[in-house]
Amino acid sequence: MYTETVMDHFRNPRNVGSMENADGVGQVGNPKCGDIMKIYLKINDDIIEDVKFETFGCGSAIASSSMATELIKGKSIDEAVELSNKAVIEALGGLPPVKVHCSVLAEQAVKSALFDYSQKTGKVIKGLEDYKPEDDEDIHCH
Amino acid sequence: MSKKLYLDNAATTRVKKEVIEEMRQYFDEYYGNPSSSLYELGRKSKEAIENARKQVADFLNADEKELYFTAGGSESDNWAVKGVAFANKNKGNHIITTKIEHHAILHTCEYLEKFGFETTYLDVDKYGMIDLEKLKEAIRPETILISIMYANNEIGTIQPIEQIGEIAQEHGIIFHTDAVQALGSVKIDVKKQHIDLLSMSAHKIGGPKGVGGMFIRKGVKIDNFIHGGGQERGRRAGTEGVQSIVGFGKAVEIAERDFDKHIANLTKLRDRLIDGIKLNISEVVLNGHPTMRLPNNVNFSYKYVEGESILLLLDMEGISASSGSACTSGSLDPSHVLLATGLDHGTAHGSIRFSISEEITEEDIDYTVETMKNIISRLRAMSPIKNDEDLKKGNSL
Repeated sequence: MYTETVMDHFRNPRNVGSMENADGVGQVGNPKCGDIMKIYLKINDDIIEDVKFETFGCGSAIASSSMATELIKGKSIDEAVELSNKAVIEALGGLPPVKVHCSVLAEQAVKSALFDYSQKTGKVIKGLEDYKPEDDEDIHCH
Repeated sequence: MSKKLYLDNAATTRVKKEVIEEMRQYFDEYYGNPSSSLYELGRKSKEAIENARKQVADFLNADEKELYFTAGGSESDNWAVKGVAFANKNKGNHIITTKIEHHAILHTCEYLEKFGFETTYLDVDKYGMIDLEKLKEAIRPETILISIMYANNEIGTIQPIEQIGEIAQEHGIIFHTDAVQALGSVKIDVKKQHIDLLSMSAHKIGGPKGVGGMFIRKGVKIDNFIHGGGQERGRRAGTEGVQSIVGFGKAVEIAERDFDKHIANLTKLRDRLIDGIKLNISEVVLNGHPTMRLPNNVNFSYKYVEGESILLLLDMEGISASSGSACTSGSLDPSHVLLATGLDHGTAHGSIRFSISEEITEEDIDYTVETMKNIISRLRAMSPIKNDEDLKKGNSL
């Protein structure tokens, strides 16, 4: 049911763990729906120097988080905020239709962490002006 | 990893060698139609079916005239509920069942609701046990059927069937039980337990898939299920799957022959697995009843982790199991059975059912415990939920 890439990222997830003194932390999802993603960012000069994730969820949720962190690591915050769930799916070589919400959750987790960073630093991130963190809860549970 | 451990025997079982041997001759040697009794080939098939019917009926302490072959458990459940409802609709329109039934019962009841039937779905306690007082309270003058499963497929809880049968009898209500998981694992006596209708499936006890049976007590008013020829006393038409029925009969014969040894062996292994998990893994919840449970069923919830991830990692270590997580069912919610026992969604998502067989050894059990210990600690290290507070926060959303 899963592609080789999904299974690889599930088996050997990249960037797993938490981070002390992260510059931005975002958490989306809830246990009721069966998946939660938390992303930690270390940002220097608008560049994402390091990223870590923690995920409660199915195989594709873990793989999506892992892939999302890989896609934004070393990128600028302007590039990271552009990360779409489609890009995560493509990089994973596809997800079964019932698992597409996992990639949406990964995109939202990245945005949520960037939003936290912008809140803490007062830095305006293009594309997050209208971001409302509470919206996260409605997005994935379907 | 060369090890292969099949621990999903509640889903289906390997067909026993003796069963395959017995079935074999009915493919190309005795292939006659049982209805063609004027020549020997037909009579051979007829005899084989009647022999199987006797084997199954004896196992239930039923008369062979009360035993009907079907295509499996779901068909038997459909027949029982629809057949009784439509045949007794002049007496009433009310059915009592439980929240933890198999979907073959639940969806059939929902279907009947479109025709004006009403269903009461009884609650269960945290062990998955119904309350007999609540059952009595639910009975109305128009109640025509009580359908309560003998033992649950997910959590293994065994209901007080004899007492339910007594209550049904006192009130003159037909009592059906889905015994698909119970067959071969508990002593069934349809007379002593006042059972009017009972559903069975062959493939859960080492028989072939696609065949099952139903006990229908003599005198119970029930509509015929498949209209056609006169097979199964005209109640379930269609040329009999002779080889499958023979296989079912043989599987039941083996279950009866090995019953005591089988139960003692499985119970010992089951308890070794339950104790091993409790001892080696923290923050687990045993789902189902501690003692009134099927000898092959072990179902735990592992807090702070999700079931599908566990299954994928188990598969990598050669172990097959199943989960009550929504992710594995393709639905929104985790298992209706786990939710009915009062488990919160978050914890229900992390449930795994192991269902063992006589092929499993103590070493296999210990390997499973060790593997689970590693998997759970690996996934917990990855999880943002670290305690019950985190869980609660999410569940109130």
